[in-house]
Amino acid sequence: MTRNTIKGLLLASSILGSAGLAHADTTLTIESWRNDDLAIWQEKLIPAFEAKNPGIKVVFSPSAPTEYNAALNAKLDAGSAGDLITCRPFDPSLEVYNRKHLADLTNLPGMENFSDVAKSAWTTDDGKTTYCVPMASVIHGFIYNKDAFDQLKLAVPTTEEEFFAILEKIKADGNYIPMAMGTKDLWEAATMGYQNIGPNYWKGEEGRLALIKGEQKLTDEPWVEPYRVLAKWKDYLGDGFEAQTYPDSQNLFTLGRAAIYPAGSWEISGFNTQAQFKMGAFPPPVKKAGDTCYISDHNDIGIGLNAKSPNAEAAKTFLTWVASPEFAEIYANALPGFFSLNSTAVKMTDPLAQEFVSWREKCKSTIRSTYQILSRGTPNLENEAWVAAANVINGTQTPEDAGKKLQEGLDSWYKPAK
Amino acid sequence: MSKARTSFARTGAVHFALIAYTLVALFPVFLTIANSFKSRNAIFREPLAIPTTESFSLIGYETVLKQGDFIGYFQNSVVVTVVSIALVLLFGAMAAFALSEYRFRGNTLMGLYLALGIMIPIRLGTVAILQGMVATNLVNTLTALILVYTAQGLPLAVFILSEFMRTVSDDLKNAGRVDGLSEYAIFFRLVLPLVRPAMATVAVFTMIPIWNDLWFPLILAPAETTKTVTLGSQIFIGQFVTNWNAVLSALSLAIFPVLVLYVIFSRQLIRGITAGAVK
Amino acid sequence: MKPRETTMEVGELKRPRRWHILVFLLPALAVYTAVMILPLIETLRQSFYNTVDGQYTFVGLGNFKVLFGDPRWAADFWNALRNNFVFFLIHMAVQNPIGIALAAMLSIPKLRFSAFYRTAIFLPTLLSFVIVGFIWKLILSPIWGVAPYLMDLVGMKWLFAPWLGRPDSALIAVSLISVWQYVGIPMMLIYAALLNIPDEVIEAAELDGVTGWSQFWKIKLPLILPAIGIVSILTFVGNFNAFDLIYTVQGALAGPDGSTDILGTLLYRTFFGFQLQLGDRSMGATIAAIMFLIILAGVSLYLFVIQRRMRRYQF
Repeated sequence: MTRNTIKGLLLASSILGSAGLAHADTTLTIESWRNDDLAIWQEKLIPAFEAKNPGIKVVFSPSAPTEYNAALNAKLDAGSAGDLITCRPFDPSLEVYNRKHLADLTNLPGMENFSDVAKSAWTTDDGKTTYCVPMASVIHGFIYNKDAFDQLKLAVPTTEEEFFAILEKIKADGNYIPMAMGTKDLWEAATMGYQNIGPNYWKGEEGRLALIKGEQKLTDEPWVEPYRVLAKWKDYLGDGFEAQTYPDSQNLFTLGRAAIYPAGSWEISGFNTQAQFKMGAFPPPVKKAGDTCYISDHNDIGIGLNAKSPNAEAAKTFLTWVASPEFAEIYANALPGFFSLNSTAVKMTDPLAQEFVSWREKCKSTIRSTYQILSRGTPNLENEAWVAAANVINGTQTPEDAGKKLQEGLDSWYKPAK
Repeated sequence: MSKARTSFARTGAVHFALIAYTLVALFPVFLTIANSFKSRNAIFREPLAIPTTESFSLIGYETVLKQGDFIGYFQNSVVVTVVSIALVLLFGAMAAFALSEYRFRGNTLMGLYLALGIMIPIRLGTVAILQGMVATNLVNTLTALILVYTAQGLPLAVFILSEFMRTVSDDLKNAGRVDGLSEYAIFFRLVLPLVRPAMATVAVFTMIPIWNDLWFPLILAPAETTKTVTLGSQIFIGQFVTNWNAVLSALSLAIFPVLVLYVIFSRQLIRGITAGAVK
Repeated sequence: MKPRETTMEVGELKRPRRWHILVFLLPALAVYTAVMILPLIETLRQSFYNTVDGQYTFVGLGNFKVLFGDPRWAADFWNALRNNFVFFLIHMAVQNPIGIALAAMLSIPKLRFSAFYRTAIFLPTLLSFVIVGFIWKLILSPIWGVAPYLMDLVGMKWLFAPWLGRPDSALIAVSLISVWQYVGIPMMLIYAALLNIPDEVIEAAELDGVTGWSQFWKIKLPLILPAIGIVSILTFVGNFNAFDLIYTVQGALAGPDGSTDILGTLLYRTFFGFQLQLGDRSMGATIAAIMFLIILAGVSLYLFVIQRRMRRYQF
């Protein structure tokens, strides 16, 4: 026992001696929650950058998404975080900037490649300072099993009525679960459900901004109606959907057991490799034929500079490259479903991704209603909206009650600027 | 004869109960390991099935071994765990002995002070701990982890060991004193061997949270050279797509070192008890 | 077996300065104080501070007033506390009796395969939360679920429900998963205590004709009461600090509808933030301080009341 202990100590001290040399002069470390992108960074993006910029090495160092915010903030506070920080959209990053951990990138060369809308998720409320380079947005819609649709002779629905008619037919046929979604993880119900179909009811940006200004309330019809529609989804979900998790839904669909999947575009690359059938996509159906359609085209990911980075110059070189059309092209094609925010249009090779991005032309884009400003206080609107959406679908709360509870929570701390 | 039969029946009932519970305990573990050898589709399509020629797949293990230096991660985990356990046991037993053996002013208060640590999760001190490690240049070293885990393990160790040390006979210790043994000799030679079962228990309890901890490796030692297995495995847990094959494989592999440590410690437990019987 | 003697007091007179006590205490005290206590004090201190009008200022008990006075905070807190008690009671009622029963069976002398049983039953305790969470979600899943399949085999499928997704059953389900994982801990402690009972005591009991169950109840149980005391207090402390399992199985919001939210999950969500919710170190520290007081009350009750009254035997 003691001998083992001594051995252990010796082993430990030898390893300790060799640690701590991690940072050479121009090695840039990227903090990220995108474990999923590790291979793309290592195999495509970093080599492309390093080939052009000898002398700068880049290390992509992701952590699990659930731990990212907490771990990053602790490391920033103690001064041990990496040089480049992957930015969540809106307030989590704004808070990091306000605590002076992110550098001002307003005048970064390359920033001119982005529209104000693209930059909105990483710009201060007064619109003056941008602190992260926008990387990608994600679009909501529905992915469907084309083989199933062909077999049942179904056409893609464009209106709410057609949508439910199709669900009814699939259910009557009995071979497929009409729709793959669960409420266990809460966020599926809120994100793939409410934020997906909602913009058609609150008219995208119009409603979202009115909510922020205090001109509309979550108890108003445009905000309650999507809940009413969601409540009707219940009958078309799989057995035991209350305990169905997000991976369960993904697998139900890719294994060909469900016909429709309320989706975010980020699913595309995963589904492409897993599904053995043809897939198609349609935007959230509108209320009446001829209505303007709205889609959620949500800024999702950006990248900023740690204000305390000792390698700020090299890091800026890197960020300028991230802002370039070259990066956009590699990134958007390596990760179909994460759409570049760069003003230069990127040619997409993936048909499904192309389908999603084509909606930008015929529909009006908006971002998720809860993200900007409204989730700043306690209770947190986004979190409450997750619970509400799940409750409404589970049938444990009425759409009206859900709206009322959310508005009360919001009123308790939010005073719209008049 | 009838007595033998009832005892036979009783042994049978005991075995039946133990086997039943063993099944409850092992079945999910078995499922985990069985599924780690299956393709992703097979995991979800038929989680209950054992891997067949059709569904058998080493893809998870291949991914794990390709991604990063898992052998190195294992070494880091073992070093951190073993050194921390050794320190917790040594320091903890010493403190427990002081508390249970001697009467001095503030004894109870000291006991309570040392028990404070089991009442608040140490994770809450993360920022201050990390600042301390940054100041002493210990970030990205295994020493940082060892220090934190030692501190984290001590309260429970002192708590349990002092309870057990109270059961060590005073006569024995006093006989030692009469023989002219120093207090240190009494502790190391007389008392420690007698509380070996409790030490083994403490070792096991200390080991589990250390081995499975994700938080402190992530915060204090995320560098490639100092990564632990648990931290290495989380690379497969993605935002939208989790590579369950790889997660299950990495974590199935990670069971074995702790299992070995556990078996070693539980041997100590038995040995300690048999040694105690001869005393 | 006799009560603690007073010989030490004689020793005290002879050696006024007993440096060895300091030597025994010092290493543990130093590491523990520097790495654990000071950082935790630093954190708890924040429960008296908050940001008012952009300024980080001392607010006295202001945060506590918010926690108990603001209807939303108070509702969250009491909900978590209530759930936590349910969580704890399930552990006391299920985990510890099973642990004691297993230990009692395992400690039967000359029991074959006992090492195997012991290791097998302890195995779940060694697993990481990631595995436990994944595998139980898979087992209880209404879609691929192993549980519905197995229940179907014995014709009880109708009893199955998506337990983890229903507000009225999720907490019980998660508690039982936790029991499954941790039953090894009481088992180990009680087992060590049972093995510590000298053979002479058992032999004497057998000579008096006390065997089997009555031997367990009359002889062994009183002797392992201190160990049961430790197990209970450890369960209490562990349960009121618990967090990881619920976080992995039910997510940070401890759904459905907060029905599995316990103090630990409420604390982590508040302190470190979640998604768009920013970490609030002041309110987080406030919740931590309350949790600390609750646990301190429990531990003090044990240390000063129960432990003092408990009769201990020396062998």
